[in-house]
Amino acid sequence: MNNQSRGMGRSINDPRAAQNQKMDKARRVRVFGRVLRYMLRYKWAMLAAFCMMLISNLLALAGPALSGKVINAIDPFGTAKGGAVTGSIASAVGAVDFDTVKTYCLMLIVFYAISAVMSYGLAILMAWISQRISYTMRREVFAHLTELPVSYFDTHQTGEIVSHISYDIDTVNASLSNDLLQICASVITVVGSLVMMLIISPLLLCVFVITVPVSILFTRYKTKKIRPLFRKRSAMLGELNGYAEEMLSGHRTIKAYNSEAEIVTRFDVHNTEACEAYYRADYQGSVIGPTVNFVNNLSLTLITVLGGVFYLMTLTVTGLHPLLVINLGDVSSFVQYSRKFSGPINEFANILSEFQSAASAAERIFNLLDEPAEPADKLNAETLTNTQGIVDMDDVHFGYIPEKEILHGLNLHADKGELIAIVGPTGAGKTTVINLLMRFYDKQGGTVTVDGHEITDLTRDSLRRAYTMVLQDTWLFCGTVYDNIVYGTEGATMEDVVRAAKAAHIHHFIESLPEGYMTVLSDDGVNISKGQKQLLTIARAMLSDAPILILDEATSNVDSRTEKLIQDALYELMKGRTCFVIAHRLSTIKNADRILVVRDGLVTEAGTHDQLLAAGGFYASLYNAQFT
Amino acid sequence: MKRLFAYLHPFFGRMSVGLAIKVAGTLVELALPYILGMILDEIIVTYASSGDTRGGLSAILLWGGLMAVCAVAALVFNIVANRMAAHVAKDVATAIRHDLFDSTMRLSCAQADAFTVPSLESRLTSDTYNVHHMVGMMQRLGVRAPILLAGGLLITLALDSVLTLVMFSVMPLIVLTVYIVSKRGVPLYRRSQQSGDAMVRVVREDAQGIRVIKALSRKEYEQGRYEAVNEQLVHDGMKASANMSISNPLINLFLNVGLVAVMFVGAIRVNSGLCQPGTIISFIQYFTILSNALLSITRIFMMFTKGTASMNRICEVLDAKGQDACESASEGAMALPESADRYISFENVTFSYRGKTDNAHNISFNLPRGGTLGIIGATGSGKTTLLSLLMRFYQIPKDSGTIRIGGKDIRTMTPAELRSRFGIAMQNDFLYAGTIEDNIRFGRDISHEQVVHAATMAQAHEFISKLADGYDHKLTVKGTNLSGGQKQRLLIARALAGSPDILVLDDASSALDYKTDAALRSALREDEVINRATTVIVAQRVSSIKHADLILVMDQGAIIGHGTHDHLSETCPVYREIAESQMGGAILE
Repeated sequence: MNNQSRGMGRSINDPRAAQNQKMDKARRVRVFGRVLRYMLRYKWAMLAAFCMMLISNLLALAGPALSGKVINAIDPFGTAKGGAVTGSIASAVGAVDFDTVKTYCLMLIVFYAISAVMSYGLAILMAWISQRISYTMRREVFAHLTELPVSYFDTHQTGEIVSHISYDIDTVNASLSNDLLQICASVITVVGSLVMMLIISPLLLCVFVITVPVSILFTRYKTKKIRPLFRKRSAMLGELNGYAEEMLSGHRTIKAYNSEAEIVTRFDVHNTEACEAYYRADYQGSVIGPTVNFVNNLSLTLITVLGGVFYLMTLTVTGLHPLLVINLGDVSSFVQYSRKFSGPINEFANILSEFQSAASAAERIFNLLDEPAEPADKLNAETLTNTQGIVDMDDVHFGYIPEKEILHGLNLHADKGELIAIVGPTGAGKTTVINLLMRFYDKQGGTVTVDGHEITDLTRDSLRRAYTMVLQDTWLFCGTVYDNIVYGTEGATMEDVVRAAKAAHIHHFIESLPEGYMTVLSDDGVNISKGQKQLLTIARAMLSDAPILILDEATSNVDSRTEKLIQDALYELMKGRTCFVIAHRLSTIKNADRILVVRDGLVTEAGTHDQLLAAGGFYASLYNAQFT
Repeated sequence: MKRLFAYLHPFFGRMSVGLAIKVAGTLVELALPYILGMILDEIIVTYASSGDTRGGLSAILLWGGLMAVCAVAALVFNIVANRMAAHVAKDVATAIRHDLFDSTMRLSCAQADAFTVPSLESRLTSDTYNVHHMVGMMQRLGVRAPILLAGGLLITLALDSVLTLVMFSVMPLIVLTVYIVSKRGVPLYRRSQQSGDAMVRVVREDAQGIRVIKALSRKEYEQGRYEAVNEQLVHDGMKASANMSISNPLINLFLNVGLVAVMFVGAIRVNSGLCQPGTIISFIQYFTILSNALLSITRIFMMFTKGTASMNRICEVLDAKGQDACESASEGAMALPESADRYISFENVTFSYRGKTDNAHNISFNLPRGGTLGIIGATGSGKTTLLSLLMRFYQIPKDSGTIRIGGKDIRTMTPAELRSRFGIAMQNDFLYAGTIEDNIRFGRDISHEQVVHAATMAQAHEFISKLADGYDHKLTVKGTNLSGGQKQRLLIARALAGSPDILVLDDASSALDYKTDAALRSALREDEVINRATTVIVAQRVSSIKHADLILVMDQGAIIGHGTHDHLSETCPVYREIAESQMGGAILE
């Protein structure tokens, strides 16, 4: 009776509801085809599920018919078929046919029991299938993620990626396991009830000729009207949440500037809008439940009146047309079937809208799976071995968006073991150089070589293995300290790890942790400062024997004393490697063998610290600025 | 809950009317199966036995007409009541959410820390949503289901008390099923949610560390790591589903068995003349109504639990009001006349956030009006703590020293009186989705010219004027469409725009290159108003503070050196070490 609000409820709470736009037919078919392929992997299980559902629903459908038989066995007029009852009415007292009652009651119990077992088995089986499909989808999506180029992660927010692999996949599978099944069950129930009602009394069925179209038209009309209201309601609520979230993050600043009252006033605008939108949707939505009930009650009334009339005539009129003959048990069965019949019809609209959001979710998943992976290495790509660490860039052109070039013919050269510092204003292309060297992005023109090999002719793995890096954003994963340091270096022993940690000046800290090297690093676990995290990543880099080192702003965000510690560790790390260093701190840069000043996508100055100072260019002005 | 009633109180009148209408609407619906049974049993039997077909027909039509009237009445009553309920829910939710946000904004920093931002956020969003939902639904389902249940019980009792007893005998079994399944389900569900979190964590980590993973060619390793969490999630999810799967088939089975029992007992009673066959048909109808009501009640129960928990969480914030207020002048330290050499003064200030270790220990210093204070030290040494205490984001306990501004104990000032003196820019300060101008103005009464002037001083005017829409340029949330240096310059402009009496720069120029930083410093010196302001600079770069009148070197909450740059360079080894690491020893000579 209240089940019509279920489907609605789900789509309201769906945070992505606004994104679930209607797809055209071709896209829908394509998406459905791909989902079907996942399901076909479990075709035998699906078939078994279908059979169970069929049995369970058919047995349940028999219920009202059998109970009608029981009623007839109880009713004194039960056997009166078409024959008028004249004279005194037969009393039911002592006239109940107990054998029939017992037989049918027993049958009912058995039927219901089997039906229950079947629907339990079905639920388990469907849960299993949907879990397997989720598992497969997640695995494929994740595997594909690891194949995607870095640019995908630079242009998509982490939250978005996470929502594809969790929310979207869950939505698809909730739909697969619940809605699909429900549709099948509904079809069986509707068709079955219809057939049963037709058998009992085709004339009574005429009632539905009136009520079903009314019900369908009304629900369609209303949903069409209500859906945009619900979408608006989600959007408004989203805006309100966004505003609250934003202002909470500025709590202290708002206090500092005494702006609380102002902020609350602005919040009230959002609040009123959100509540109004909720109300408007509710106002229209509140019609649906009572109306659905009304249509059901109307059917009941009409069936009662018509059924009553036929029953009365069956009892009193002789020679009645067989179509009009009906008895008490039939009326009872018919009323029960009518309830079964109208229930799913009203649910259809909701299931359809859920299908729509599942289809949108599936499409988002497939879009991710269709993102082009990193292009494969060339067929005859060489493996880079015994790398010396001589790096050259010649006339390199590149733009993240091809139309918007960032590097306009950049040149650089690094000899084995040299320390190259790259300086320049933000946005000049310093980090871009690193992206190209490691082939996180591919250049659009010019040549980049390592030891004289063009890097696009090498396998990516072997090229990247030639580098080790320490970046501004330290990356540690949830695992032990040991796992985090050994990450990337296969076959390193505990001794190696300890040696690296000692060289990175972090060994003593690790020893002070509750489980030493086996301490698990997690968000809510041990407290590790930014500087210590950086030292751990340095230890990781230390373990690698890669001949080229990249340091990208490795010491910003750390206070000066920790920086000094990190600096010492870095000097240790730099020994014997070709180094590319990006840094703001001039002290780091001063010791470089060569300083490259990158401005507007070109190397504008190059030389040692002293040479550049003497030249009196941009670098010199940058350097002198700190003493004014 | 008491709190919720207080919010509902103004609407009691409207709610009572709505509830009365709802009750009426539900009762007329309950009349339908009753009339059904009556037509089949009494009218038909009576007229059939008297052979009066015509009279029977009109009687059936009459009662049928009454059923139709009941159905229409149910429709109208329910719609009206639902809409009234929605209206009340809207008004209540608006009021609660307003009060909650207002209280949140007025929480002291210590209180906000204790709640944590994510928790405050979820209170404002999902908790208020839950309460809104609950207030609306309780007036609808919450009335309907019990009335259906009670009314159904009464009517069936009137029809046949023995059959009613039979019908209700399966209820305990159903309740037991729901209880056991949900009791077993809660931990299973929690575990599968945890596995879900673990799965998401790996994806999140890898999306953030993709460069490292690619650089080290750890694709297979990561796939293996994911495989493990994925397997675990499937395993736990399956367990939770398997438990839940039993509930519906079992409940349906119990209901159906109850139905069969009613029929069987009914047969016996009809046979003994204690009841009539039509009654059994009515019972079957009531059975459907009751089982639906029962389902609704479990739903209401869940909703109510959720709503109450949410309301309690909301009340925690509402009740936390008022810690930001000031104390009366008599309770604070005696006001002293302001003297030339002490505009801001700390007297033996000791403070601890959590009451364990001191985050500020016995801090004392004096700063004259218009002077510049520089604070330097490692992360966690207590630099920002000093600022937080100065702005009374945190209150120092009574016997732990005194902070004065202009001779007056800051504990005796109202927050507005105290904070209106300040212009403050912090390192990762707050920018919101709005225009650049709005972000600089920040709700204060500041003219466009003042905004531009402040932006010019902060070295921000140049990049702002290069934007297509200049000062009307819309920032994204947290200003992510600006670079770190641009953000910092906007924040500094905001601090300068109010022509503050005290200017506080908390590591506000760390993302600026040396050149811009230097230009900023000289612009500040050249501006008359700002130059007169008392300035506090927290920095990691010696160059940012070396010209300060007083420099404090902090270490573990204590001052380990104070004086001018030249003085500290000679006397404070820590200061010298920091300075040398940044500039190179040779340049200092």
